Amino acid sequence: MTVLDIRDLSVDFATESGALQALRKVSMSVPENRIVGVVGESGCGKSTLINAILGLLADNGEVTSGEILFEGTHDLTTLAGTAMRDLRGQKIATVFQDPMGALNPVLSVGRQMRDIQYRSNLSRREKDARSIEMLRKVRIPDAEQRLVQFPHEFSGGMKQRIAIAMALMMEPSLLIADEPTTALDATLEVTIIELLKELQQQIGCSVLFISHHLGVIAELCDEMIVMYAGEVVESGTTRDVFHNARHPYTRKLLACDPARLTHRARRLPTIPGTLPDLRNRPEGCVFQARCELADATCSRMPPDEEIAPGHLARCWHTEASVMIGAGA
Amino acid sequence: MSDDALLSVADLHVHFRVGGLMSTLAGQPSHIEAVAGVSFAIERGRTFALVGESGSGKTTLARAVNGLQPASAGSIRFEGRELIGVPKDEWKPIRRRMSMMFQDPVGSLSPRLSVRSLLAEPFVIHGLSRRDLNAEVMRLLALVGLPSEFADRYPHQLSGGQARRVGVARAVALDPVLIIADEPTAGLDVSVQGEVLNLLNDLRDRMGLSMLIITHNLHVVRQIADRMAVMYLGRFVEEGETEPIFTKPHHPYTAALLSANPEPDPDKVHNRIALPAEVPSLLDRPSGCEFHTRCPFARDICATVVPPSTMVGASRITCHFPLNTELRLATSESI
Repeated sequence: MTVLDIRDLSVDFATESGALQALRKVSMSVPENRIVGVVGESGCGKSTLINAILGLLADNGEVTSGEILFEGTHDLTTLAGTAMRDLRGQKIATVFQDPMGALNPVLSVGRQMRDIQYRSNLSRREKDARSIEMLRKVRIPDAEQRLVQFPHEFSGGMKQRIAIAMALMMEPSLLIADEPTTALDATLEVTIIELLKELQQQIGCSVLFISHHLGVIAELCDEMIVMYAGEVVESGTTRDVFHNARHPYTRKLLACDPARLTHRARRLPTIPGTLPDLRNRPEGCVFQARCELADATCSRMPPDEEIAPGHLARCWHTEASVMIGAGA
Repeated sequence: MSDDALLSVADLHVHFRVGGLMSTLAGQPSHIEAVAGVSFAIERGRTFALVGESGSGKTTLARAVNGLQPASAGSIRFEGRELIGVPKDEWKPIRRRMSMMFQDPVGSLSPRLSVRSLLAEPFVIHGLSRRDLNAEVMRLLALVGLPSEFADRYPHQLSGGQARRVGVARAVALDPVLIIADEPTAGLDVSVQGEVLNLLNDLRDRMGLSMLIITHNLHVVRQIADRMAVMYLGRFVEEGETEPIFTKPHHPYTAALLSANPEPDPDKVHNRIALPAEVPSLLDRPSGCEFHTRCPFARDICATVVPPSTMVGASRITCHFPLNTELRLATSESI
């Protein structure tokens, strides 16, 4: 079964200088029990995508086309306020980038973990027992004693683990993790990734994992999509995309990652140019202005070319693109 | 430490007062040592990187070098002059020679000033406003690769990478000899990160700059630094030439940091050195080797005896049982 199925989703924001198309015909799905990564740089539409799924688009945002099917039945783009609230926290949980911002500084951790179980009929004592069990699962030592403590008494990595414990408390079917490791140091980042992997298998939920860090995506995710300027330019299994990327943007992005360079480079690879103005999108391929393969064909919208089963690249030149980034 | 070093720091300590009278009376420590005895040197035209996790003292060390944070003991010599004890009003000419790039590319620029004013500001502050400021602004924009029309933009109209270029332009405006850059690429996308590092490397070569770079991103260090030091709880645990440290780290903490870097290859087999437990508090430093509470290789001696600072290969390290070495040190006793 597919937990989340997004079809042709377009989102516009009304601005003073006209409509800004933040997402254009985004299609992707999150199968049951899988971890799907979303990778892309600032301005690619990652946050808009999450907000559209959660029904949290800003007032000037509007879904202009497409649907977001959750568990095959609910279309999240049309779901009314209360129905959406019933899903959030219960069926769809979220972990955000900043662990401090996700916890209330004036309430004890135990109180916040109890509050999150407000839908359950358990007694207060049973709820606390459940909180302790979850804190143990995310490896907070002395969980019992620490329930009465406040967020500032925990380190950054612990706070993020508490946020994960809270998100997974209701055993949701979909966990959305929005850059959950970006604010953490490398050694903590690794422990959070390993923890997420382990808990995902235990609980059997699906994860939509947003990151700009390619190494984290490679390590954690089964499948991934690559976004650029509000479009999904490439999607497939993580292995296919990393080993056989065919969209020029994906290839350039992979080549830019300094983690790929095992020796000191004279010049680091970059992607020259800037994002197109989303108020005034180019006709056809969204990446053409920064692509050395661009020609007259690219002024028409490229198809989602199937490279292998399940591996798609939105490009006219998926054959020639293998040359890009090869030297880096 | 060679005499021709541009900057040489010896046994530097920086204290912060913590707690109040009551906690002092209760016998709790009244100070923490954010930087606890650090020595290094930067030669002309070279780049030195400070690496470490949050709270390891990197930024405090940089601020002490720049005089923004008073040091409590030790020595900082810059261009042959001792900086510790320099009165406040004598810092201005020193800071002209040694400029600082702060964290957060957009946040470190005043939102009310245009790029033109931001780039002219260093000249005004240092009483050089009789120069042709417009020409200087244009020269700086060209130097960092921004088009001249950017002079009339404001920080909120710049992308992260463009704002960082403006920050670089401000830092090099008065022809300094040393740039201290605190997390110069944090928060930037990978494609932009490369541009900023290329720019810094170019300017270093063209202007003969020395750089002190603070970062927690090891991949950045490898691409930009000649020498590096790994900090833990305010001390250096390993210091030396960059490339040998990457290929053969000797301190277990360095090795753990290097192994913790997720790599963009889904088939990579990770031989991670897991670090159990949390970073200890500076209020309650562990005995012996301060890393022993998290070190997977720790033995009895590590909890009691402070390891000496020794040279292993070309690196200076502080560990009883260094990795990647055939020679067991004399301190390792019976095992």
